[in-house]
Amino acid sequence: MSKKTIYASVVVLAALVVFGCGKSKTTVTLAGSTAFQPFAEKLAEQYMQSHNNVNITVQGGGSAVGIQSANSGAAQIGMADMVQLPKEAQGLTSVIVARDGVAIVVNPKNPITNLTTDQVRDIFNGKITNWKEVGGNDAPITVVSREAGSGTRSSFEQIIGNIELKKDALVQDSNGTIRETVSNDPNSVSYLSHGLVNEKVKPLTLDGIQPTIENIVSGTYKISRPIFLLVKGQIQGEAKNFIDYILSPEGQKTIKDNGLLPANSK
Amino acid sequence: MKLVGEKGVKRILMAVAFSAISALLLITLFIINEGLPFIFKYGIKDFLFASDWNPAQGKFGIFPMIAASLWVTFGAMIIGAPLGVAVALFLSEYAPRPLMKAVKPTIELLAAIPSVVYGFIGVVVLAPFIRSYFGGPGLSLLAGCIILGIMILPTVISISIDSIMAVPRSYREGSLALGATTWQTIHMVTIKASKSGIIASIILGLGRAVGETMAVIMVSGNSVNIPHAATDSVRTLTANIALEMSYATGMHREALFATGVVLFIGIIILNSFASVALRKRTAKR
Repeated sequence: MSKKTIYASVVVLAALVVFGCGKSKTTVTLAGSTAFQPFAEKLAEQYMQSHNNVNITVQGGGSAVGIQSANSGAAQIGMADMVQLPKEAQGLTSVIVARDGVAIVVNPKNPITNLTTDQVRDIFNGKITNWKEVGGNDAPITVVSREAGSGTRSSFEQIIGNIELKKDALVQDSNGTIRETVSNDPNSVSYLSHGLVNEKVKPLTLDGIQPTIENIVSGTYKISRPIFLLVKGQIQGEAKNFIDYILSPEGQKTIKDNGLLPANSK
Repeated sequence: MKLVGEKGVKRILMAVAFSAISALLLITLFIINEGLPFIFKYGIKDFLFASDWNPAQGKFGIFPMIAASLWVTFGAMIIGAPLGVAVALFLSEYAPRPLMKAVKPTIELLAAIPSVVYGFIGVVVLAPFIRSYFGGPGLSLLAGCIILGIMILPTVISISIDSIMAVPRSYREGSLALGATTWQTIHMVTIKASKSGIIASIILGLGRAVGETMAVIMVSGNSVNIPHAATDSVRTLTANIALEMSYATGMHREALFATGVVLFIGIIILNSFASVALRKRTAKR
């Protein structure tokens, strides 16, 4: 290869790099809550169809990552699902864009259909260790929980109240792995974002109330939490347009159709 | 064609080499800088030997995780080391050369399987098996040991084979000439001569087992619990960091970095044992 060819290819490559990712599009980045991530992706897809000049990327990472990256500017919009925002989020402007219920789930083979709040508390604290104590089969209960700091876990624990998770509870780090574990283990019990319950697990009624959208919207089913979008400083520019879109009837309909609850419920 | 001169090449290579080393240095400094202040603030004793891990209440005792890491690594060694050394002995001493030349690269391919795949197999096959035959939740210390035992095989086997093959032919010939059988030659001469290499292979395998994260998170259940039985669920140091990093802020985050410091020191100790053992081997020859 002659020198000329080498120089020429270097120039062409450099040109590709510089102009290939040209800034004809405005980019908005979202990061945070894994519970809201799939919905944010769907919303972003719809939004980009009608707004060709905007590119929206959605990353997961967890609620703490959402708060951190909104603070540091790594993402324009942070996502967090929590009953209350921690003090790290004080400097951020927050908007509630949806609510999400938390369903208590067991394996479909388990005959149990209902638990009371007290039973749930005793099971997660380790006071009740066999399914027969709550009217089920004679089998040990495998408690599965989320990791410390998870938005779903803190909401669940705050609303059930006085939970000191028993030491030998299994811990899984996402809604997806929780669902997988419960569907694999016939004796397990866990809790899961309501929007992500599917036929592999069986949601229980809590104090006789089913975790349906209607019951969560009306507040009769009590375990639910808001989903926040967090922006540093004023909400403006494309980030504002996108958040407005999520809050618009069309965006809220997408949220509702996919199993989350609209922002204005409860 | 001459784009850069001899000296230029030397400088460029030197810059590349130093950037690799400085990356290591920066990572070390970063972990220590983020984690060490927490250890002193919280108290070394409380951090290492208390068994309460409850970040929401400000309790950060990592003893259950240290115990779990040690148990998992020990178990992986019990399963992986005899298997690996046996395979290495068979391939280097009994198997015909062509077979070894075909099998060794295949075993090394085991190392190329992503750990998440090992974990997945553990969750789908191993955990239900343990649950139905041994009881407990299935996702357990035992599952972690078995998966890690398999994962360290390629390391143990390939380094063991190398060090067994490095034993001079004349040793074996001498032993055989004295009337020893193949097995007598192996356990009285070959293994003795390659002992330090075999030990190094096991220690390097252990280093991999201690540091493994994804597969362990998937199969060992992750409860913060000092295990009393092999079917108990455990959480290792690596799993603790990876599980909680995404949601951790403030003190909790610092505690995770401090967990990283403990892990880092552990692995450095293991690796220096391995390099001492390896150096012994080269010195002997």
